Amino acid sequence: MELLEFARGPALAVSAAVFVVGLAWRIYGIFTRPARVDYSEPRRRDRDMAAGGFRAVFAKMLPPKGVKIRGAQMLNAYAYHIALALVAFTFAPHIAFISRHLGVGWTPLPDPVTYVATGLAIIGLFVALMYRLTDGVQRLLSNFDDYASWAVTLLPLVTGMALLERAYYPAPVAAPDLATSPTLLALHLLSLELMLVWLPFGKLAHAALFAFSRWRTGVDFARKGAAL
Amino acid sequence: MSGATQTALEPLDFDAPRFTIEKPAVRFDEQGDASDAERSAAAVRAFMRDLTRATAVYLESCVHCGHCAEACHFYVASGDPRYTPIWKLEPLARVYKREAGPLRWFYKTFSWRKDISAEELREWQELLYDSCTMCGRCTLACPMGIDIAGLVAKARHAMFAAGLVPHELHAVSERAEREGSPLGATPKVLKERIAWLADEHEVEIALDRPQADILVTLSSIEIMKYPGALVALAKILNRIGASWTIRSDGYEATNFGLFSGNLESQRAMSVRIIDAAIASGATTLVLPECGHAYGALRWEGANIYGKPLPFRVLHVSEFLAEAVRDRRLPLKRLQGSITFHDPCQVSRRGGATAAPREVLAALGADLREMPPAGDANWCCGGGGGVVTLHRADAHRYRAFTIKMAQVQASGAERLATSCSNCRLTFDDGGAHYGWDRKMESLLEVVAEQLDDVR
Repeated sequence: MELLEFARGPALAVSAAVFVVGLAWRIYGIFTRPARVDYSEPRRRDRDMAAGGFRAVFAKMLPPKGVKIRGAQMLNAYAYHIALALVAFTFAPHIAFISRHLGVGWTPLPDPVTYVATGLAIIGLFVALMYRLTDGVQRLLSNFDDYASWAVTLLPLVTGMALLERAYYPAPVAAPDLATSPTLLALHLLSLELMLVWLPFGKLAHAALFAFSRWRTGVDFARKGAAL
Repeated sequence: MSGATQTALEPLDFDAPRFTIEKPAVRFDEQGDASDAERSAAAVRAFMRDLTRATAVYLESCVHCGHCAEACHFYVASGDPRYTPIWKLEPLARVYKREAGPLRWFYKTFSWRKDISAEELREWQELLYDSCTMCGRCTLACPMGIDIAGLVAKARHAMFAAGLVPHELHAVSERAEREGSPLGATPKVLKERIAWLADEHEVEIALDRPQADILVTLSSIEIMKYPGALVALAKILNRIGASWTIRSDGYEATNFGLFSGNLESQRAMSVRIIDAAIASGATTLVLPECGHAYGALRWEGANIYGKPLPFRVLHVSEFLAEAVRDRRLPLKRLQGSITFHDPCQVSRRGGATAAPREVLAALGADLREMPPAGDANWCCGGGGGVVTLHRADAHRYRAFTIKMAQVQASGAERLATSCSNCRLTFDDGGAHYGWDRKMESLLEVVAEQLDDVR
């Protein structure tokens, strides 16, 4: 079996299964813990508490009010998160890949957006690594998970860039002919599959867990009328 | 540190600006004679009891970004990464992942994470008790919304179970269990004080009336150190013609069980007040100018009781706000400018940030807010029991410089708060630095402005 066949076939199937089952298992594990019943008289009505949960999920995407932030680190985090989203979901070949497997698609953005976003994401990840290694707080908090998650996020970006196989010129613009680089494409797919396998078990799971955590605080704090 | 346990009640220090037990000649920061293995196992069992769904989701969600550090006065004042709020929960996170997390089989099979040792718990004692006021400012900063302060409270339960509570907190908690008050405000002392205050200030202070609409509770810090607050509240309640009482079988709202992590003690203190309120037929329970009493009764009281409480629970600032809203409290205009220090457990974590401002507005006060004010206000550094710990003094004084700078930046002539523990911390910090500012009680400020003409 050719490497590309393997990456497109069994490796993709297994990694996708691990991703779905693993993430579901992790979330299920949380929900098997006992829920606390709160008998305190709420300051708000039930529907306001649910609204508080929703508000927290989105409000926590913005910098906090009145609290000093680590500005450069936060800006960098915004930059690479947005860049990663653009790369993953607005590049024509990626949309085609998603459409082929999930049956849904949407209009892509021009290729240069992805190229610039990929560059930004790679730079952003290296800046994030620099902070993790040099900032006293982050260095203390960091463990294997942080570095492994960093690496598996970087790999698909690097292998994707390598697929381009040529310097970028502003025009004419078109996605590269991927079929001409089967080994590189296989490596790109395998790096994505590695990320899918790792995601449910490491901190990359925050891609899903952020909503649960923010929701919990949003609901509990809305009950009290406390600050988010 | 020693493994021995103190047996006699420790003397209180009435002369220092900060009110706690006298500085111990020998510290006993461990209780009982359990082995290290037993302490570790007890901590794990207590951690496990507290592992609810909310705890699990929080412990799963941290991305190690470190933003919480900038919100913590102890980190900002020291620059030491160990004081990063989420790092204070590392033992809890480790126990969760190894014992209860969805991947526990992985961690156990490969011994990826070791069991938490008693030695590590001893190391964390300073981080969980001396360096955290549970003010919750870190929760504001956390992009994942993790309620770090709530988790620290749970971690303290485990520390108590392991017999690893700092000397002073254990001593005052013991005193509360034996005498009914952590700081010497026994029922006998209360009665004597009330008789003296009523006589001295010519005010009627209702004590042990069998039935009343409002049960008033007190903080032992007020009774012993700031009795003016009690006089002020009596004047206000009498002025509005309220049916009220203090009960000698349920008055002490200071709850050191909450600080030490002793759930049984916390429960006993809360239930005493709840039972007294029910016995009085009270429809409203008024909590004193005390931050953590609000958290203990307003938000945790019903949960400790196991069902909804048959009465309302109000912080005294909320009670005052209601009175001015209902036009029951005629007030004279307050001259000069004033700034307000928000007690963290009442404002940021309690949701009553607007109440004192409503009262100050009714006074027509020139309110000069501190930058930042309200929900994002900096903690005074003395909450969570920190102000009682002698060994935390230097650390707390460093953190207090943030608060002094905030007050100075407000440009206000007077400063007020509605927490006697904050007031104590201001008095002690101010005395340490020779600061010429005096923290006042909002309650006393309002009582001074009572208008004789309706």
